[in-house]
Amino acid sequence: MVDLLQLLVAGVSLGCVYALVALGFVLIYKATETVNFAQGDLMMLGAFFALTASSPQMLNWPYWAAILFAVVVMTAVGMLAERLVIRPVLGQPAFTVVMITIGVGYVVRGIVTMVPGWGTETYQIPTPFVEDVWKLSGVILPVQQLMVIGMTAGLCVLLYLFFRHSTLGVAMQATSQNQLAAYYMGIPVRRVNMMIWGLSAAVAAFAGILLAPVTFVHSNMGYLGLKAFPAAVVGGFGSVPGAVLGGLIIGVVEALAGFYLPEGFKDVAAYVVVLVVLLVWPSGIFGETGRKKV
Amino acid sequence: MRFIFKTDYGQDLRLIKHSGHAFWYGLLMLVLLAAPWWAGEYVMTQLQFICIYSIVGFGLMILTGFTGQVSLGHAAFLAVGAYTEALMQAAGVPFVISITCAALFSAALGIIIGLPALRLKGIYLAIATLAFNVIVEEIITRWHRLTGGNEGKHLKPVDLFGWKLESDAEFYYLCLALTVLCCLACINLLRSPTGRAFVAIRDSEISASCMGVNLAWYKTMAFAVSAALTGIGGALYGHKLAFISPEQFTLFQSIELITIVILGGIGFLHGAVLGAAFIIVLPQAISIAKGWLPDAFAPAGLQAVVFGLVLILFIIFEPLGLYGRWLKIRTWFELFPFYRKGMFRRQKSYTKSERVR
Repeated sequence: MVDLLQLLVAGVSLGCVYALVALGFVLIYKATETVNFAQGDLMMLGAFFALTASSPQMLNWPYWAAILFAVVVMTAVGMLAERLVIRPVLGQPAFTVVMITIGVGYVVRGIVTMVPGWGTETYQIPTPFVEDVWKLSGVILPVQQLMVIGMTAGLCVLLYLFFRHSTLGVAMQATSQNQLAAYYMGIPVRRVNMMIWGLSAAVAAFAGILLAPVTFVHSNMGYLGLKAFPAAVVGGFGSVPGAVLGGLIIGVVEALAGFYLPEGFKDVAAYVVVLVVLLVWPSGIFGETGRKKV
Repeated sequence: MRFIFKTDYGQDLRLIKHSGHAFWYGLLMLVLLAAPWWAGEYVMTQLQFICIYSIVGFGLMILTGFTGQVSLGHAAFLAVGAYTEALMQAAGVPFVISITCAALFSAALGIIIGLPALRLKGIYLAIATLAFNVIVEEIITRWHRLTGGNEGKHLKPVDLFGWKLESDAEFYYLCLALTVLCCLACINLLRSPTGRAFVAIRDSEISASCMGVNLAWYKTMAFAVSAALTGIGGALYGHKLAFISPEQFTLFQSIELITIVILGGIGFLHGAVLGAAFIIVLPQAISIAKGWLPDAFAPAGLQAVVFGLVLILFIIFEPLGLYGRWLKIRTWFELFPFYRKGMFRRQKSYTKSERVR
């Protein structure tokens, strides 16, 4: 029982990171019907920016300032990527756009290994709460994991308020529901799309920072993005709550599979789950159902 | 500009449409057949890889380029082909049978992964094939007794009816012959009713099914054919490398395979060959360029950056790929001086949406 609880907390905390990356996928997918395969690499880039800001050898800023710095810079990077790469190919077949984001991922990964001070080594971001452990009637809960859960929950509330109550958030929702109608209502659709990319990259940066203490910062940490795909698909690609739920499911299943099943199942658990879910619900749990009209 | 006057029904059936075709493809065949005399050992190896990747490219082209089904899991079929070949060769099965089995096993697996494709579309299919690739890779790693796990498997040179193809030239001829065979098979498949059905499914599933195309049957068949070709490619790939292990068949291999199709020109069989050649030559060109550049400008990430940039620039500026570029150049010469810039302009379709409303 104690084991199970600890596993659940660990799974949920990892699932939160998946959920954030998946959230990035879903935001972009809803807005532009593009699946951004570079999301994991954007996450990695965000973590590297946070590293630059917070590491004692470089800028040596406090933790919260590093988070802010990474989020702001990544917002700019996301908007730039949309403007330079995605906008010229909008309207092309969906898979073409997917390939271009794969290209973006390669470029980001390559550039990170070329930047002096980043390179191919593994780094650690100094966090204020790495070592602490809470003991709750026998259950050992690392503060690290609880912080990840707490910060993700906080971000979700922030995003909810943003989408619900701010003009820009409502405009984003409108754009993702029907671009043409949004355009007629006077929403600058292109600019809003650019901002959605910025927002998505910012969420990715946040995910990267939360993940940093778990996997450390290195140029290949973006491969975790491949696990966030199943998360987004399980929830249904067009659904924000679905992405969060999908991330949690994948995280928990992975943690449980790593403990109860033989070695090797941990790595494929996410993919098995996604295949099973797709067999039952061809467009995810919360995905839009219905048939395409002619 | 060449005008073909049709005076005979047989003309429509001929593979070689006019004397220009005969001349240029004949010349290409001669140059390729003479390769062992003009090419060094290094170029020969590259040519073998181009042949192998072309076969895989044909397979992917049929699935992605002509049937419109996305696959991010073709490395799995490559793996199945390679491992089938390795195991059957170790068991002493003759090459002709083992490579057929490699194709058949891959095709069977293609049918299995094709089944969800009947319900999934677009990105969901891409993710399903991706998941499938990861799972197959993991199975190969873990099924130690059969596949040797991470220690991999060794392959001996091909034994064709007692004739051991040990030299580069002999194996090259085998690859070339299989490439030409596969190419002819694809051309014939695509001009048959089956191929027409594939293209109809790509252009519009709804119209295709209204015209009486059995979607389930043809989609499954596209997966099977594609997987079979990839399996043949995989068998040759295994022989070429003489050693296979799971890390050669990762998701990144799949992405590399799909870039063959994208860079070559989606929807053209020529594109598969051009794309394969490009994918093989690019890393070599980068490593040669690295030799010229000072060390500070040639770090490890250069290859990834160049690869990514090439992909991005191609999709933005030449969405029809290398073959599309060639078509434009050819049209320019044929129509000189009447070529207009807008002749190949793609139509932007902002309103076109995969989304259900």
